[in-house]
Amino acid sequence: MSNNSSCTTCGGLCGGKGLVTLKEGVWTSNPLAIQVLGICSALAVTNKLSNSLVMGAALLFVCVGSNLFVSLLRNHIPHRIRMIAEVAIIATFVILFDQFLKAYYWEMSKQLGPYVGLIITNCIVMGRAEAFALQNPPLVSIVDGVANGIGYGVALAIIGFLRELFGAGQVVFFGMTIDLGSWYTPNQLMILAPGAFFVFGILIAIFNVLKGDDAEEGQ
Amino acid sequence: MSDTSAMVILIAAVFTNNILLSNFLGMCSFIACSSQVETALGLGTAVTFVMTLTAMINYAIYHFVLAPLQLGHLQFIVFIAVIAAFVQLVEMIVERFSPKLYFALGIFLPLITVNCAILGASLFAIIRNYTFVQTVGFGFGAGLGWLVAIVLMAGLQQKMRYGDVPKPFAGVPVAMIITCVMAMAFMGFAGMVTIQ
Repeated sequence: MSNNSSCTTCGGLCGGKGLVTLKEGVWTSNPLAIQVLGICSALAVTNKLSNSLVMGAALLFVCVGSNLFVSLLRNHIPHRIRMIAEVAIIATFVILFDQFLKAYYWEMSKQLGPYVGLIITNCIVMGRAEAFALQNPPLVSIVDGVANGIGYGVALAIIGFLRELFGAGQVVFFGMTIDLGSWYTPNQLMILAPGAFFVFGILIAIFNVLKGDDAEEGQ
Repeated sequence: MSDTSAMVILIAAVFTNNILLSNFLGMCSFIACSSQVETALGLGTAVTFVMTLTAMINYAIYHFVLAPLQLGHLQFIVFIAVIAAFVQLVEMIVERFSPKLYFALGIFLPLITVNCAILGASLFAIIRNYTFVQTVGFGFGAGLGWLVAIVLMAGLQQKMRYGDVPKPFAGVPVAMIITCVMAMAFMGFAGMVTIQ
């Protein structure tokens, strides 16, 4: 088994600045597809494209915010209690985003249910705070947060798009509709739980093929 | 929801609304710790125990402290603090009174704090407006359901070692496909009992 890494000790691939950091987060160590972190929410909210994008935005916001503040405070947080300090910072941003959704997008907030709150236990945010923001200055940490947020959001959008397309036969997004036409009988299973596992498994396999052999050793 | 008995909720949480296979919670440890049946059993037991008790504590805190004070939006941070503190406490108590159990469960306890299924169970209990007894049933059932899922998965993974998996699928992807089949199998229970 090559995936014995536990959630909090993920990444470890820090170092590199600016563009390197960006590329790492979005592609070479994409949090979802390569490192396989934070999959709980990735699977749960991706039954529709719009849900996936909102979740991606939520993670981007939380990751950038927590990375910035953990990085700013990195010399002041005592090492022994850094975990709880990180959790407190992350929770603050999650609550902010949750309140924002509740105030302006009530329908979306109801659809996402507890999964917005569960960003707190999302390994990606915690992992980036622990592995990157604690050792790096604020600006690079923001870049890292953006990169991981985008990497996560893109992977989420792909899963959401495929599941909605094959599950409902059409994707409705900001008024635009992509329709498979009447020849296709929508497969309800794609919207339900098994479809999520299936699409995600296939997606990681495709990423593995694209990345070549170093994918397995990288984990 | 108020008239569903706790027993029905418990059974539903194990089979029809399995917290892992239909709500996708606790996936991280599910993927990382499912290579050995014994390990899976130990982790599952610890999760069930912590989940039942933290769901009860969080229920009490939410309904008797946060809700009357209009502080519902603080539930995330309070719940996660309760879970972290509770896990720490359990670890200390178990270490003091039962070293044997500590060695069996000890290593899993810190992992549990970051297990989203624990927080998820507490949040679901609040969102679905369960009564206290229902919350106990749900917390215990959800933990049990997670235990069943991870033990089944570990058993399959042990068999899988002798399988010839295509290279790109080795590791996580094939675990996902197996989980997909398991989730489909568990969908067969749908209709036995229904909760929200």
